[in-house]
Amino acid sequence: MKKRNKNSPSLKWLANVSMAIICLIALFPIIILIISSFRPSSELLRTGISLTFDTSVMNISNYTYIFTQASQYWQWYMNSLAISAITVVLSLFFSSMVGYALAVYDFRGKNLFFTFVVFILMVPFEILMLPLFQMMINFQLVNSYAGVILPMVVAPIAVFFFRQYAIGLPVQLMDAARIDGSTEYGIFFKIMLPLMTPSLGAMAILQGLGSWNNFLWPLIVLRSNDMFTLPIGLATLLTPYGNNYDVLIAGSIMTIIPIIILFIFFQRYFVAGLTVGGVKG
Amino acid sequence: MATAQETASSPKGPNKFMRFLNSKKVVPYVFVSPFIISFLVLTFYPAVRGIIMSFQSVLPGQVNFIGMENYERVFNPTFYKALTNTTIYVVLTVTILTILPIILAVILDSRFIKLKTLFRASLFMPALASTIVAGMIFRLMFGETDSAAANQILNWLGMQSVDWRYQAWSGMFLMVMLCVWRWLGVNILYFLAALQNVPTELYEASEIDGASIFQKFWYVTLPFLKPVTIFVVTISIINGFRMFEESFVFWEAGSPGNIGLTVVGYIYQQGIQQNDMGFGAAIGVILMLIIFVVSFIQLILTGAFKRGDE
Repeated sequence: MKKRNKNSPSLKWLANVSMAIICLIALFPIIILIISSFRPSSELLRTGISLTFDTSVMNISNYTYIFTQASQYWQWYMNSLAISAITVVLSLFFSSMVGYALAVYDFRGKNLFFTFVVFILMVPFEILMLPLFQMMINFQLVNSYAGVILPMVVAPIAVFFFRQYAIGLPVQLMDAARIDGSTEYGIFFKIMLPLMTPSLGAMAILQGLGSWNNFLWPLIVLRSNDMFTLPIGLATLLTPYGNNYDVLIAGSIMTIIPIIILFIFFQRYFVAGLTVGGVKG
Repeated sequence: MATAQETASSPKGPNKFMRFLNSKKVVPYVFVSPFIISFLVLTFYPAVRGIIMSFQSVLPGQVNFIGMENYERVFNPTFYKALTNTTIYVVLTVTILTILPIILAVILDSRFIKLKTLFRASLFMPALASTIVAGMIFRLMFGETDSAAANQILNWLGMQSVDWRYQAWSGMFLMVMLCVWRWLGVNILYFLAALQNVPTELYEASEIDGASIFQKFWYVTLPFLKPVTIFVVTISIINGFRMFEESFVFWEAGSPGNIGLTVVGYIYQQGIQQNDMGFGAAIGVILMLIIFVVSFIQLILTGAFKRGDE
């Protein structure tokens, strides 16, 4: 066997360069999208995203258009923001309570509840969507925020995550609080929930991103243009007959940029949230 | 196990209810009740309803049981096309999204690599874009014209332009590429996390024994990655069978010759667009069975159950 250390400098060089190239390839679509957003939309419609283009005609007109004319787009943006915010708050509230209870209390049926949680994890949402759509028609929730949000409130993955986290909480604090006369609910909201902040952060990002990017269910429930979320609205602009490539391309960038900024500040939570979130898709 | 004794300890007046609510026997149920209710209404009921619907013809104001008719209709050439497409997609994405992330994670984890955080963050970035935005970029890069990025590269290499969205092989290529691009970084993180569990002493011991880099990878690293590999394969299979958006973003309502039709796409087409909910529900039930069976076979083959016995 050869002495391995002799290879090290060249191997090190090779590993770093190939990694850099792979990262550039991974980032390339985002970079080229940002560059292309400064090209005139009529040209973009004709050529698609190309590697060579006329730099002399590049300008910010796509952005000025979207900020001054495209009220429709901002309606979608507001819908997406509202739906994501409500989904995050509700699903975190319910899921953290359940995960916490499953972790710190002993009660009859505990195992059964946990089996439910795992069961929902295994049932693909696509099976439920037609019956759910029928329910939404019956409850007159089609084309409403509530119709989009309700099925997303059940977040088994978050329950699972909170349970794992809450198992590690210091139970002695609960006894101390009880002696001080605190109720069980007071213990949860005032003492234990604040201790769960890191897990709340990770799940807020998982649920928020999931809801922000969610497509199939909103596509089914939302019927009118003014109720669309960003992904649904942007998808309607994708048709070859559309001449709205200015809104499409500048608008797409403005759906990613806020997330990338959040990612830079809260990288740790994103990683924790998304690696758990792989289960949900 | 708690027994019924706290119910007996009840002082007078309005306090009684509060005391009852705060007893350790009741509190857990209060905490889990919102979830139980939403589970029953939004998951359990629809699941049962879906199975019942699959035996019905569902028209507005007119619902009839029609026995197995929906299921008999499901097995038609279009469904087989959708199932074939989905299966090919699952096989390709699972293979690529397991092997590639393992290799990249091992390289990223090695002591040769500088700027680890930067590389990791760059590879993770695509996961932040929605499938629709990512698909839009791909659609514009892989356009039919000679001026679109992908064809430009082909032309520079002296090859003919490709009608990416109009041929079976390239349509599949686009969908797989889109998925791989978005999920590569996430899967790398799974494997990176698992690599932290490999004891460094094992590497040192194998180095003393004169193991090559490849031998170390094969005999030391890979066995430690087995549990996370099973996990990644399982979720990739399930997500692959559930695929819809990657197809929708390239072809919206329908692809030429159904080259991009997936099983979920077929549910959407029949159940929502054609409003044939009973038929759509039958496809859904079949999809669920397929997912259960494939996951089960995969878990047996990879020995996930055996590990539990040990």
